[in-house]
Amino acid sequence: MSFDSVPEFFAMGGHGLYVWLCYATSLVVVLVNVLTVRHQRRAAMRELADQQVRAGAGGAS
Amino acid sequence: MGVLKEFWHRLGSPRWFYAISGPWAVAFGLLAAALLLVGCVWGLGFAPPDYQQGNSFRIIYVHVPTAIVAQSAYMVMGAAGLILLVWRMKLADMALACIVPFGMSMTALALFTGAVWGKPTWGAWWVWDARTTSMLVLLFLYIGLYALRQAIPREETASRACAVLAVVGMINIPIIKYSVDWWLTLHQPATFTLTEPPSMPPEMWLPLALNVVGVYCLFAANLLGRLRVEILRRESGTSWVQQLVRSNPA
Repeated sequence: MSFDSVPEFFAMGGHGLYVWLCYATSLVVVLVNVLTVRHQRRAAMRELADQQVRAGAGGAS
Repeated sequence: MGVLKEFWHRLGSPRWFYAISGPWAVAFGLLAAALLLVGCVWGLGFAPPDYQQGNSFRIIYVHVPTAIVAQSAYMVMGAAGLILLVWRMKLADMALACIVPFGMSMTALALFTGAVWGKPTWGAWWVWDARTTSMLVLLFLYIGLYALRQAIPREETASRACAVLAVVGMINIPIIKYSVDWWLTLHQPATFTLTEPPSMPPEMWLPLALNVVGVYCLFAANLLGRLRVEILRRESGTSWVQQLVRSNPA
Protein backbone atom coordinates (compact mmCIF):
# COMPACT_ATOMS: atom_id res chain seq x y z
CA MET A 1 0.00 0.00 0.00
CA SER A 2 1.26 3.41 -0.97
CA PHE A 3 -0.67 5.14 1.87
CA ASP A 4 -0.23 4.90 5.65
CA SER A 5 -3.90 5.25 6.61
CA VAL A 6 -7.40 5.15 5.15
CA PRO A 7 -7.99 8.93 5.51
CA GLU A 8 -4.72 9.55 3.65
CA PHE A 9 -5.90 7.23 0.90
CA PHE A 10 -9.09 9.24 0.46
CA ALA A 11 -7.27 12.59 0.72
CA MET A 12 -4.81 11.66 -2.08
CA GLY A 13 -2.35 14.26 -0.79
CA GLY A 14 -4.88 17.06 -1.18
CA HIS A 15 -5.90 15.99 -4.68
CA GLY A 16 -8.66 13.64 -3.51
CA LEU A 17 -11.46 15.61 -5.16
CA TYR A 18 -9.79 15.44 -8.60
CA VAL A 19 -8.77 11.78 -8.40
CA TRP A 20 -12.07 10.46 -7.01
CA LEU A 21 -14.13 12.60 -9.39
CA CYS A 22 -12.32 10.98 -12.33
CA TYR A 23 -12.71 7.43 -11.05
CA ALA A 24 -16.38 7.91 -10.11
CA THR A 25 -17.22 9.41 -13.53
CA SER A 26 -15.39 6.60 -15.31
CA LEU A 27 -17.31 3.98 -13.32
CA VAL A 28 -20.61 5.64 -14.22
CA VAL A 29 -19.73 5.82 -17.94
CA VAL A 30 -18.65 2.15 -18.02
CA LEU A 31 -21.81 1.05 -16.18
CA VAL A 32 -24.06 3.06 -18.51
CA ASN A 33 -22.42 1.36 -21.51
CA VAL A 34 -22.87 -2.11 -20.00
CA LEU A 35 -26.45 -1.55 -18.81
CA THR A 36 -27.54 0.06 -22.09
CA VAL A 37 -26.69 -3.11 -24.00
CA ARG A 38 -28.60 -5.24 -21.48
CA HIS A 39 -31.61 -2.96 -21.64
CA GLN A 40 -31.59 -2.83 -25.45
CA ARG A 41 -31.29 -6.60 -25.70
CA ARG A 42 -34.30 -7.16 -23.43
CA ALA A 43 -36.33 -4.50 -25.25
CA ALA A 44 -35.51 -6.05 -28.64
CA MET A 45 -36.43 -9.54 -27.45
CA ARG A 46 -39.74 -8.28 -26.01
CA GLU A 47 -40.53 -6.39 -29.19
CA LEU A 48 -39.81 -9.45 -31.35
CA ALA A 49 -41.94 -11.68 -29.10
CA ASP A 50 -44.82 -9.17 -29.31
CA GLN A 51 -44.53 -9.14 -33.09
CA GLN A 52 -44.87 -12.92 -33.13
CA VAL A 53 -47.90 -12.85 -30.87
CA ARG A 54 -49.55 -10.25 -33.14
CA ALA A 55 -48.65 -12.24 -36.26
CA GLY A 56 -49.96 -15.43 -34.63
CA ALA A 57 -53.25 -13.77 -33.60
CA GLY A 58 -53.66 -12.33 -37.11
CA GLY A 59 -53.15 -15.74 -38.65
CA ALA A 60 -55.71 -17.43 -36.38
CA SER A 61 -58.60 -15.04 -36.98
CA MET B 1 -5.19 -18.26 -46.61
CA GLY B 2 -8.10 -20.63 -47.20
CA VAL B 3 -9.25 -20.34 -43.58
CA LEU B 4 -9.04 -16.54 -43.68
CA LYS B 5 -11.01 -16.39 -46.91
CA GLU B 6 -13.72 -18.59 -45.49
CA PHE B 7 -13.90 -16.45 -42.34
CA TRP B 8 -14.23 -13.33 -44.51
CA HIS B 9 -17.11 -14.85 -46.46
CA ARG B 10 -18.82 -16.03 -43.31
CA LEU B 11 -18.66 -12.51 -41.86
CA GLY B 12 -21.19 -11.69 -44.57
CA SER B 13 -23.72 -13.82 -42.69
CA PRO B 14 -25.22 -12.09 -39.62
CA ARG B 15 -26.77 -15.42 -38.58
CA TRP B 16 -23.36 -17.10 -38.39
CA PHE B 17 -21.89 -14.11 -36.57
CA TYR B 18 -24.73 -14.13 -34.03
CA ALA B 19 -24.21 -17.84 -33.37
CA ILE B 20 -20.48 -17.62 -32.66
CA SER B 21 -20.29 -14.22 -30.92
CA GLY B 22 -22.28 -15.00 -27.75
CA PRO B 23 -19.53 -16.77 -25.76
CA TRP B 24 -16.94 -14.22 -26.98
CA ALA B 25 -19.00 -11.31 -25.66
CA VAL B 26 -19.24 -12.98 -22.23
CA ALA B 27 -15.53 -13.88 -22.15
CA PHE B 28 -14.41 -10.36 -23.09
CA GLY B 29 -16.80 -8.88 -20.53
CA LEU B 30 -15.47 -11.03 -17.69
CA LEU B 31 -11.87 -10.39 -18.71
CA ALA B 32 -12.53 -6.63 -18.82
CA ALA B 33 -14.08 -6.66 -15.35
CA ALA B 34 -11.15 -8.59 -13.85
CA LEU B 35 -8.42 -6.50 -15.55
CA LEU B 36 -10.03 -3.13 -14.79
CA LEU B 37 -10.68 -4.05 -11.16
CA VAL B 38 -7.07 -5.12 -10.55
CA GLY B 39 -5.67 -2.20 -12.59
CA CYS B 40 -7.71 0.44 -10.76
CA VAL B 41 -7.10 -0.93 -7.24
CA TRP B 42 -3.38 -1.22 -7.99
CA GLY B 43 -3.20 2.22 -9.58
CA LEU B 44 -5.19 3.93 -6.82
CA GLY B 45 -3.71 2.27 -3.77
CA PHE B 46 -0.42 0.59 -4.53
CA ALA B 47 1.45 2.42 -7.30
CA PRO B 48 3.96 4.91 -5.85
CA PRO B 49 3.08 8.64 -6.08
CA ASP B 50 4.69 10.68 -8.87
CA TYR B 51 7.71 12.70 -7.72
CA GLN B 52 6.35 15.90 -9.33
CA GLN B 53 2.57 15.49 -9.41
CA GLY B 54 2.07 13.53 -6.19
CA ASN B 55 -1.18 11.57 -6.16
CA SER B 56 -3.08 13.47 -8.86
CA PHE B 57 -1.08 11.45 -11.41
CA ARG B 58 -3.30 8.45 -10.52
CA ILE B 59 -5.83 9.93 -12.94
CA ILE B 60 -3.53 8.51 -15.65
CA TYR B 61 -5.00 5.04 -15.01
CA VAL B 62 -8.41 6.09 -16.29
CA HIS B 63 -7.40 8.94 -18.62
CA VAL B 64 -4.87 7.18 -20.88
CA PRO B 65 -6.77 3.89 -21.46
CA THR B 66 -10.02 5.70 -22.35
CA ALA B 67 -8.20 8.13 -24.67
CA ILE B 68 -6.41 5.24 -26.43
CA VAL B 69 -9.56 3.17 -26.90
CA ALA B 70 -11.51 6.21 -28.14
CA GLN B 71 -9.03 6.51 -31.02
CA SER B 72 -8.82 2.76 -31.66
CA ALA B 73 -12.61 2.54 -31.77
CA TYR B 74 -12.58 5.29 -34.38
CA MET B 75 -10.01 3.38 -36.43
CA VAL B 76 -12.15 0.23 -36.32
CA MET B 77 -15.08 2.38 -37.44
CA GLY B 78 -13.05 3.85 -40.30
CA ALA B 79 -12.06 0.33 -41.39
CA ALA B 80 -15.71 -0.76 -41.19
CA GLY B 81 -16.65 2.26 -43.32
CA LEU B 82 -14.11 1.30 -45.95
CA ILE B 83 -15.31 -2.33 -45.96
CA LEU B 84 -18.89 -1.11 -46.32
CA LEU B 85 -18.04 1.16 -49.26
CA VAL B 86 -16.00 -1.53 -51.06
CA TRP B 87 -17.79 -4.82 -50.26
CA ARG B 88 -21.19 -3.59 -48.97
CA MET B 89 -21.02 -5.99 -46.04
CA LYS B 90 -24.10 -5.72 -43.80
CA LEU B 91 -22.12 -6.44 -40.66
CA ALA B 92 -19.75 -3.53 -41.40
CA ASP B 93 -22.66 -1.08 -41.40
CA MET B 94 -23.94 -2.51 -38.13
CA ALA B 95 -20.46 -2.18 -36.60
CA LEU B 96 -20.29 1.42 -37.81
CA ALA B 97 -23.51 2.20 -35.96
CA CYS B 98 -22.67 0.16 -32.85
CA ILE B 99 -19.23 1.70 -32.20
CA VAL B 100 -20.50 5.30 -32.13
CA PRO B 101 -22.04 5.38 -28.60
CA PHE B 102 -19.08 3.63 -26.99
CA GLY B 103 -16.50 5.73 -28.81
CA MET B 104 -18.37 8.93 -28.05
CA SER B 105 -18.59 8.13 -24.34
CA MET B 106 -14.90 7.20 -24.14
CA THR B 107 -13.82 10.40 -25.93
CA ALA B 108 -15.99 12.50 -23.62
CA LEU B 109 -14.59 10.65 -20.61
CA ALA B 110 -10.98 11.20 -21.76
CA LEU B 111 -11.66 14.92 -22.24
CA PHE B 112 -13.35 15.14 -18.83
CA THR B 113 -10.62 13.30 -16.91
CA GLY B 114 -8.04 15.35 -18.84
CA ALA B 115 -9.70 18.57 -17.69
CA VAL B 116 -9.88 17.40 -14.08
CA TRP B 117 -6.23 16.35 -14.23
CA GLY B 118 -5.28 19.63 -15.91
CA LYS B 119 -6.63 21.79 -13.07
CA PRO B 120 -4.14 20.72 -10.35
CA THR B 121 -1.31 20.06 -12.85
CA TRP B 122 -1.44 22.88 -15.42
CA GLY B 123 -3.57 25.27 -13.36
CA ALA B 124 -6.38 25.29 -15.92
CA TRP B 125 -9.38 23.06 -16.69
CA TRP B 126 -8.93 23.55 -20.41
CA VAL B 127 -6.17 24.73 -22.74
CA TRP B 128 -6.57 25.09 -26.48
CA ASP B 129 -3.50 23.07 -27.33
CA ALA B 130 -3.06 20.58 -30.16
CA ARG B 131 -3.82 17.39 -28.21
CA THR B 132 -6.94 18.59 -26.42
CA THR B 133 -8.28 20.34 -29.52
CA SER B 134 -7.79 17.32 -31.80
CA MET B 135 -9.52 15.12 -29.18
CA LEU B 136 -12.40 17.60 -29.15
CA VAL B 137 -12.58 17.23 -32.94
CA LEU B 138 -12.79 13.44 -32.40
CA LEU B 139 -15.77 13.98 -30.08
CA PHE B 140 -17.46 16.15 -32.73
CA LEU B 141 -16.85 13.42 -35.35
CA TYR B 142 -18.58 10.86 -33.14
CA ILE B 143 -21.48 13.26 -32.49
CA GLY B 144 -21.64 14.01 -36.23
CA LEU B 145 -21.82 10.30 -37.08
CA TYR B 146 -24.61 9.80 -34.56
CA ALA B 147 -26.57 12.80 -35.83
CA LEU B 148 -26.07 11.91 -39.50
CA ARG B 149 -27.64 8.47 -39.06
CA GLN B 150 -30.60 9.99 -37.22
CA ALA B 151 -31.03 12.71 -39.84
CA ILE B 152 -31.28 10.51 -42.95
CA PRO B 153 -34.44 8.41 -42.99
CA ARG B 154 -33.45 6.09 -45.84
CA GLU B 155 -31.30 3.41 -44.23
CA GLU B 156 -29.04 2.71 -47.18
CA THR B 157 -28.30 6.40 -47.83
CA ALA B 158 -27.64 6.91 -44.11
CA SER B 159 -25.19 4.02 -43.90
CA ARG B 160 -23.23 5.18 -46.98
CA ALA B 161 -23.08 8.77 -45.73
CA CYS B 162 -21.85 7.58 -42.31
CA ALA B 163 -19.24 5.35 -43.96
CA VAL B 164 -17.89 8.29 -45.98
CA LEU B 165 -17.75 10.55 -42.91
CA ALA B 166 -16.06 7.80 -40.84
CA VAL B 167 -13.40 7.25 -43.51
CA VAL B 168 -12.74 10.97 -44.10
CA GLY B 169 -12.54 11.55 -40.32
CA MET B 170 -9.62 9.09 -40.13
CA ILE B 171 -7.41 12.09 -41.02
CA ASN B 172 -7.82 13.24 -37.44
CA ILE B 173 -6.27 10.09 -35.92
CA PRO B 174 -2.62 10.75 -36.89
CA ILE B 175 -3.15 14.40 -35.96
CA ILE B 176 -4.11 13.34 -32.41
CA LYS B 177 -1.22 10.89 -32.25
CA TYR B 178 1.49 13.27 -33.39
CA SER B 179 -0.01 16.46 -31.89
CA VAL B 180 2.37 16.21 -28.94
CA ASP B 181 5.39 16.02 -31.29
CA TRP B 182 4.38 18.47 -34.04
CA TRP B 183 3.26 21.38 -31.87
CA LEU B 184 4.55 22.97 -28.74
CA THR B 185 2.21 21.65 -26.08
CA LEU B 186 1.59 21.32 -22.37
CA HIS B 187 0.46 17.72 -22.83
CA GLN B 188 3.05 15.12 -21.92
CA PRO B 189 4.26 12.71 -24.63
CA ALA B 190 3.06 9.11 -24.94
CA THR B 191 3.63 6.78 -21.98
CA PHE B 192 3.85 3.66 -24.12
CA THR B 193 5.71 3.54 -27.42
CA LEU B 194 6.68 0.53 -29.53
CA THR B 195 10.32 1.57 -29.83
CA GLU B 196 11.39 2.50 -26.30
CA PRO B 197 10.82 1.06 -22.82
CA PRO B 198 8.45 3.14 -20.63
CA SER B 199 10.10 5.94 -18.64
CA MET B 200 8.19 4.86 -15.51
CA PRO B 201 9.08 2.07 -13.09
CA PRO B 202 7.11 -1.19 -13.61
CA GLU B 203 4.98 -0.71 -10.47
CA MET B 204 3.68 2.48 -12.10
CA TRP B 205 3.14 1.30 -15.69
CA LEU B 206 1.95 -2.27 -15.05
CA PRO B 207 -1.45 -1.19 -13.67
CA LEU B 208 -1.72 1.19 -16.62
CA ALA B 209 -1.02 -1.67 -19.03
CA LEU B 210 -3.69 -3.80 -17.29
CA ASN B 211 -6.25 -1.02 -17.68
CA VAL B 212 -5.35 -0.48 -21.34
CA VAL B 213 -5.88 -4.19 -22.11
CA GLY B 214 -8.98 -4.17 -19.90
CA VAL B 215 -10.60 -1.27 -21.70
CA TYR B 216 -9.92 -2.97 -25.07
CA CYS B 217 -11.73 -6.07 -23.74
CA LEU B 218 -14.57 -3.80 -22.62
CA PHE B 219 -14.72 -2.35 -26.14
CA ALA B 220 -14.83 -5.83 -27.67
CA ALA B 221 -17.55 -6.99 -25.27
CA ASN B 222 -19.59 -3.85 -25.79
CA LEU B 223 -19.28 -3.96 -29.57
CA LEU B 224 -20.26 -7.65 -29.73
CA GLY B 225 -23.17 -7.08 -27.34
CA ARG B 226 -24.51 -4.14 -29.36
CA LEU B 227 -23.95 -5.98 -32.66
CA ARG B 228 -26.00 -8.94 -31.43
CA VAL B 229 -28.93 -6.66 -30.58
CA GLU B 230 -28.60 -4.86 -33.93
CA ILE B 231 -28.58 -8.22 -35.78
CA LEU B 232 -31.79 -9.27 -34.01
CA ARG B 233 -33.47 -6.00 -34.99
CA ARG B 234 -32.39 -5.94 -38.62
CA GLU B 235 -32.98 -9.66 -39.22
CA SER B 236 -36.30 -9.72 -37.34
CA GLY B 237 -38.14 -10.92 -40.46
CA THR B 238 -36.01 -14.04 -40.92
CA SER B 239 -37.05 -17.48 -39.73
CA TRP B 240 -33.91 -18.05 -37.64
CA VAL B 241 -34.54 -14.94 -35.51
CA GLN B 242 -38.21 -15.87 -35.09
CA GLN B 243 -37.23 -19.35 -34.01
CA LEU B 244 -34.69 -17.90 -31.57
CA VAL B 245 -37.32 -15.62 -30.02
CA ARG B 246 -39.74 -18.55 -29.64
CA SER B 247 -37.13 -20.65 -27.83
CA ASN B 248 -35.99 -17.69 -25.66
CA PRO B 249 -38.99 -16.30 -23.78
CA ALA B 250 -37.26 -13.24 -22.27
